[in-house]
Amino acid sequence: MAVAPQTEPLRPIRPPRKRRVNESLSTWRWGDRIAFVLCWASGIALCAIAGGIVLYMAFKGLQYLSFELLTARPQPSADQKASGGFLDPIIGTVVLTVIGIVIATPIAVATAFWIVEYGRPSWLARAVESGIEVVAGTPDIVIAIFGLALFQQGIFSLLSFTAQGGAVFGRSFLTAGAMMSLIALPMVFGATREGLQSVSAHVREASYALGKTKIATIRRVLLPSVKPNISTGAALGMGRIAGDTAVVVVLLGATLRIDPESSFPGVGLLRGTGGTLTSYVYNNSSAGEGNAKEKAYAAAFVLLLIVIGLNFAVDAIAKRGAQTGLESTRLGT
Amino acid sequence: MLERLREPWSDRRAERMLGALASVVLLLIVLMIVFVAARAWPSFQHNGLSWFTGKGDVDVQIGNQVNTGAKPTSADYQIGVWPLIWGTVLTTGFAVLIGLAFAIFAAIFIVEFAPGGLRRVVVPVVRLLAAVPSVIYGLIGILVLVPFVNDHLVSEARKKSVQYVINLSGTGLIVSVVILTVMITPIMIAIITDALYAVPRGWKEGAVALGVNRWRAMWTVSVRAARPAIIAAVVLACARALGEAIMLSMVSGSKGFAPNPADGLTFIFEPLRPLASTIVEDAESLNAPAVQASVYSFALLLLFSSLVLSIGAWLAKQPMKKYGIRV
Repeated sequence: MAVAPQTEPLRPIRPPRKRRVNESLSTWRWGDRIAFVLCWASGIALCAIAGGIVLYMAFKGLQYLSFELLTARPQPSADQKASGGFLDPIIGTVVLTVIGIVIATPIAVATAFWIVEYGRPSWLARAVESGIEVVAGTPDIVIAIFGLALFQQGIFSLLSFTAQGGAVFGRSFLTAGAMMSLIALPMVFGATREGLQSVSAHVREASYALGKTKIATIRRVLLPSVKPNISTGAALGMGRIAGDTAVVVVLLGATLRIDPESSFPGVGLLRGTGGTLTSYVYNNSSAGEGNAKEKAYAAAFVLLLIVIGLNFAVDAIAKRGAQTGLESTRLGT
Repeated sequence: MLERLREPWSDRRAERMLGALASVVLLLIVLMIVFVAARAWPSFQHNGLSWFTGKGDVDVQIGNQVNTGAKPTSADYQIGVWPLIWGTVLTTGFAVLIGLAFAIFAAIFIVEFAPGGLRRVVVPVVRLLAAVPSVIYGLIGILVLVPFVNDHLVSEARKKSVQYVINLSGTGLIVSVVILTVMITPIMIAIITDALYAVPRGWKEGAVALGVNRWRAMWTVSVRAARPAIIAAVVLACARALGEAIMLSMVSGSKGFAPNPADGLTFIFEPLRPLASTIVEDAESLNAPAVQASVYSFALLLLFSSLVLSIGAWLAKQPMKKYGIRV
């Protein structure tokens, strides 16, 4: 009977040595190496482009920005020394952003609550959800020109100025703000909906178990817990409004100075035309009538600070929840 | 009355109130289509299908329309919009194609190759690029890129060769496409990155365990699984590019001219103007009924395209729902 030859005594198996797998590119195919380099190149290129834009704007902006520019009213003058600063556009930006977000937030939040918490009938809920996606995808210039057609109707004459013949002008802070709210709406809606969907079902059930109605649950439990999401969406929406030019050019008149419609304070301003920082930059670039590079750079720098501030205020509001950090960029699409 | 408002709402009343507010959006969309279509109608009525063709210089036609009176005749509405459509197609098409390649590589970089520290820089950078207002991109374009192209890339001989057709001054297709690409790429990166993150870990690990390298695992497994998101990203970026008005009105040269690919390299320096920019620039002469009809007909075409793209994005997103990813 053959016995298997004993070769050598079995050694105890050593635990495998922990070794970092050194993945070396030298084992990769050439095509893969090129792709790897391309990935790094696009990442670096992104950083370079963004850094270039911010540094260039900061350099040019700080070079031309001065305290007088921020506090002086613009004057219609060809002489750049006499054409003043951009106080009016800054006020215009603030007023327009506030009007837009004040209209957008309640509608967007109510819509999100209705869709997530009630959603009946379901076909209507689905239609509203797709409707908001359609609004998000509609170009701002189309929204602007629709606003002009809408607010030139006679019944909206209170919102803007009426010419002698009875034609409604349709351009004012109120009409522009109303259309701007459509631009902010998808962002507030998206952020609120994501927040609501991440609230666990136990929370709602606990509230129902205590005998609370749905609306009481919404007001006392859900609304406080999605507050950070609403603020996130509102901040992003405000950034969008502050940075939009097309609506300002078409619906606000994009004038140099704010022209109140009557001497009545407040209401006159809201019914009057004006301009914002975006339209100021547009008109003062060499594409517009003003052609004052220095002032365009300075105003653009202020605008960039406002928009970046609003977008990164989001991080301070909502530290938790973000996984990839890019959700907020996706919201408005 | 106030007392009634202050007492707790009944559930049914609350549901109706919230539902009514939510339906406002649908009402607005219907109103938008109706109003824009109603004002655009005369232009289509008097031009018929020849609206889509080229009939010579579109700027001259719009200029003539400004001078027609309050009661324009059928001939006053004549316009051939092809140069503007061609300008829109060219800028959107090139920007989306270049941006897509760039966005896929950048998304893979963020998900797979970037070291932790660099990732914490790249992600805010993408958000920053998405947040910069279009007018600032336009300003940089017209004050930095356009002079550069004019001084260094367009030679005098090239300008002379086409001087009887069109004036080359640096503004044109190449600058428009470059800036538009930078503007729409961040949206695509955001969508593709989130989709790549959402691909189950095990799938890629399986590929790596079979011995392929990290790039191959990404490319053959993750990117493949995220294809619906990539399509959705393209569609949404298209919608963004179609509607870009301000930046393009600043750097495109603002000429109703259709760049001709047969011109060889000169093609990329030729000026153009897309539909959206035309609306912005003619918004001041809307008092003339003929101009009004033309401008609203451009808006109707844009609105129709963005509706089609919205439906396309919705269709593209359907397969992603399997993975529980909301794009």
